Amino acid sequence: MSDITISERQAGDVTILDLAGKVTIGEGSVALRGAIRRLLGEGKNKILMNLAGVGYIDSSGIGELVSSYTAVNKEGGSLKLLKLTQKIQDLLAITKLLTVFDVFDEESEALSSYN
Amino acid sequence: MAGIQQIKLPSRIESVDEAALKADEFAKEQGLGDDFVSAIDLAIRESVANAVKHGNKFAAEKTVDLTLARTDEGFEITVRDYGTGFEMEEIPDPTNPENLLKTHGRGILFMRSFMDVVEWSNHEGGGMVVKMIKRQ
Repeated sequence: MSDITISERQAGDVTILDLAGKVTIGEGSVALRGAIRRLLGEGKNKILMNLAGVGYIDSSGIGELVSSYTAVNKEGGSLKLLKLTQKIQDLLAITKLLTVFDVFDEESEALSSYN
Repeated sequence: MAGIQQIKLPSRIESVDEAALKADEFAKEQGLGDDFVSAIDLAIRESVANAVKHGNKFAAEKTVDLTLARTDEGFEITVRDYGTGFEMEEIPDPTNPENLLKTHGRGILFMRSFMDVVEWSNHEGGGMVVKMIKRQ
């Protein structure tokens, strides 16, 4: 069984990915990479990643968030993060990636930011 | 020493989860709290992942040797690989602006952020050893 579940929903032209589980070295990171590449392949490049259900992330998972961010930017899109847990917020602060990602607590606010 | 556990793990990604699970069980047996266990968990995962990937380079004949010890000072972890080692000064700082968008290289930063002592040394029998201490 995979360590992560990724559910997809659409809000206008923004695709929301609800992640639950662990984004860690191995399956979690690979599954996330696959989901992002698939969306980009479908021409969906406005992506909001909801991390509320992510109980654990390691440096490999953080690297995968960065990789996703870069891949989406390269396609002219925008990847933003929603509902960071305190732990993920701490890790993004340590790595100074809070200066890179647009981060939101409220989904409605995040969706408005794409317009 | 209040307790010690030594584990030999194969050089595969699954060993990261296995090491973290053993460490969590051991730390909880020692009565350590959730925040403490969470810090140890992250440090173990990052150090074992480095040993498997960069140290042993997934070589089937090489193990990752993990030692967990409850000491008077707190909790001590050593992770040994059987690789060729590395120079710490060659590891780029992942928080430098030019490195922010790199997809790798943050594991050591996490280890240093959550543990009080993180030291690398060459093992006399070959390979590298990282010793980490979390004080209580």
